[in-house]
Amino acid sequence: MDLNDQPRPNRWFSPVVRPYALVRGRTKPAGERLDVISMAYSLRVSVPDPTDLEPEHLAMLRRCAVPMSVAELASALDLPLGVVRVLLADLRERELVRIDRPSQERVTDVQLLREVANGLRRL
Amino acid sequence: MGYADFDRSAPVAVKILIAGGFGVGKTTLVGALTEILPLRTEEELSGPGAGIDVTAGVEAKRTTTVAMDFGRITINTSLVVYLFGMPGQERFWFMWDDLSHGALGVIILADVRRLADCFPSIDYFERRNMPFIVALNCFAGSRSYHEAEVRQALDLDPHIPIVRCDARHRGSSRDVLVTLVDQAIAVAESGPLLASRSGSSF
Repeated sequence: MDLNDQPRPNRWFSPVVRPYALVRGRTKPAGERLDVISMAYSLRVSVPDPTDLEPEHLAMLRRCAVPMSVAELASALDLPLGVVRVLLADLRERELVRIDRPSQERVTDVQLLREVANGLRRL
Repeated sequence: MGYADFDRSAPVAVKILIAGGFGVGKTTLVGALTEILPLRTEEELSGPGAGIDVTAGVEAKRTTTVAMDFGRITINTSLVVYLFGMPGQERFWFMWDDLSHGALGVIILADVRRLADCFPSIDYFERRNMPFIVALNCFAGSRSYHEAEVRQALDLDPHIPIVRCDARHRGSSRDVLVTLVDQAIAVAESGPLLASRSGSSF
């Protein structure tokens, strides 16, 4: 068997394509900042135009059928965080996903903190 | 699938960071607590931040990959906790700014045999008024130290908890998390007294 000679298909794109080529060199996502725990989910009221999107965009849309954090998407799609941020922002611009951002400041909501503490105690 | 497109919303997500020196057990702690396999994500960096060297030409641009581990704990359908192990090397500090933005707080894992390894983390989070605790991961030989000695060595204020843990064990690691969240509650309730920015060294 020559399996070991084959490049492993561990990315969605050809291994020779650098991840940032996928986003055409863009490093700054459009719109507001995306945190690693910003939660994205696809909005199925809009129909994606496949000619306008990369396969990675579509893969991302499928993953976001359930809400997923930016970090989880990066891990699931095996893409750098920066690339995922750019691709997600594209989808947001086209109103294909909604992205809920976490609190922008430190968490100081005592009620929320108590809910977290109580939940962790039950682990 | 049975969900509606309207009124659907994502759970509230909070993040807890795990910092500390290389090999102190950050990945182990994440692994002990996460409900999913510990995941790994990467940030690929080029240009400023990828290196200290200032270079003029594009041909000299460098690319660096920073990997970090993370895990997830679902509290309930509307609340999820993410754990992030901070990349340990000092040249990745700009990534710390991104990760620590909006975090609930930080567990600084320490090995008493190499306490100095966690000085940079303590400095960093103290300056940002981020709630943190110090967790001593119990490696062989670490029990011969007293908390007071460690507190003195780290120059920690009396209100900062120091706990012992075994990062390999879920119960022990969970207790560390609970201690951190309790500390975050204490800081939030003390309001401007502890969180005063005027007192910070910025």
